[in-house]
Amino acid sequence: MIIACLVVGAAICAVLAIRATRLLSAALWLAGVSALVAIALYELGAQQVAVIELSVGAGLVTVLFVFAISIAGDDAMTARSPISRRLAVSLIGLFAALLGWMVLPLDAPESATAAEATFSTLLWEDRALDVLVQLVLIFCGVLSMLGILQDTHISARQETLEAAVPDERFSGNGHHSPEPLTDTPPVETVPEEVHA
Amino acid sequence: MTTSEIVLVGVLALLGAGLYGLLITRNLIKVVIALQILVKGGLLALVAAGEASGQTNLGQSLAMTVIVADTVVAVVGLALAIQARRLLGTLDLKALSNLRG
Repeated sequence: MIIACLVVGAAICAVLAIRATRLLSAALWLAGVSALVAIALYELGAQQVAVIELSVGAGLVTVLFVFAISIAGDDAMTARSPISRRLAVSLIGLFAALLGWMVLPLDAPESATAAEATFSTLLWEDRALDVLVQLVLIFCGVLSMLGILQDTHISARQETLEAAVPDERFSGNGHHSPEPLTDTPPVETVPEEVHA
Repeated sequence: MTTSEIVLVGVLALLGAGLYGLLITRNLIKVVIALQILVKGGLLALVAAGEASGQTNLGQSLAMTVIVADTVVAVVGLALAIQARRLLGTLDLKALSNLRG
């Protein structure tokens, strides 16, 4: 019964996150989804993943969302998607009906597996390659994020250089402009000498 | 209805909400939020499937990989959104998809 309440609460939070007009409230509803999913995972017996999901999904990712929204701005977009809401709802209903028809009711488990390995054994020994791939994925994510955010510094430098170069040209013209003025007096003096 | 079936109904609801968000929204940050909701549904489905088949730890270890990938996707998506807002001044996906060059 508890798990039914948790799952229904998570679904309601998800719908509210999608329907929220402000990005900040959508991020907070998403944190609610993560927290309820983490408690549901705990109730299902997956304690380790529940703790990680609560700290990473509901904590770190929410902080990242709030940080990104504070930088990018919390503008309420009024523009509508080219897909109408009716079409989207009917597509989702079709998807849910098909998936539910394929999955439910669940078949009974074939046979109880004898002495399942512990979580640490499975993760660090049986799936050691997957852990390595996760490390590579984390480094790829960090490097790609640095690459994406580094473009602003490069473009900002280019903008400052482009802004500085016309000033030099302009000041060069300014230096060039007095030279004809200095050249002109001898030209003017020559006729005076001629007149004299 | 067993516990796993109840959880699977919730997974269907989460997947439906996430897909609806992907279809209906045009804001880049909102798209990342919809992706997060989709991944939460997948996470719950993995653990529920492990619990239903008597292999909870295997489901947990797979869910761990999903959490890592999900966080990386969120970080990169938010960095893209910040850059799009800084350089182009908009988070509208239609305006971003009209870019050339």
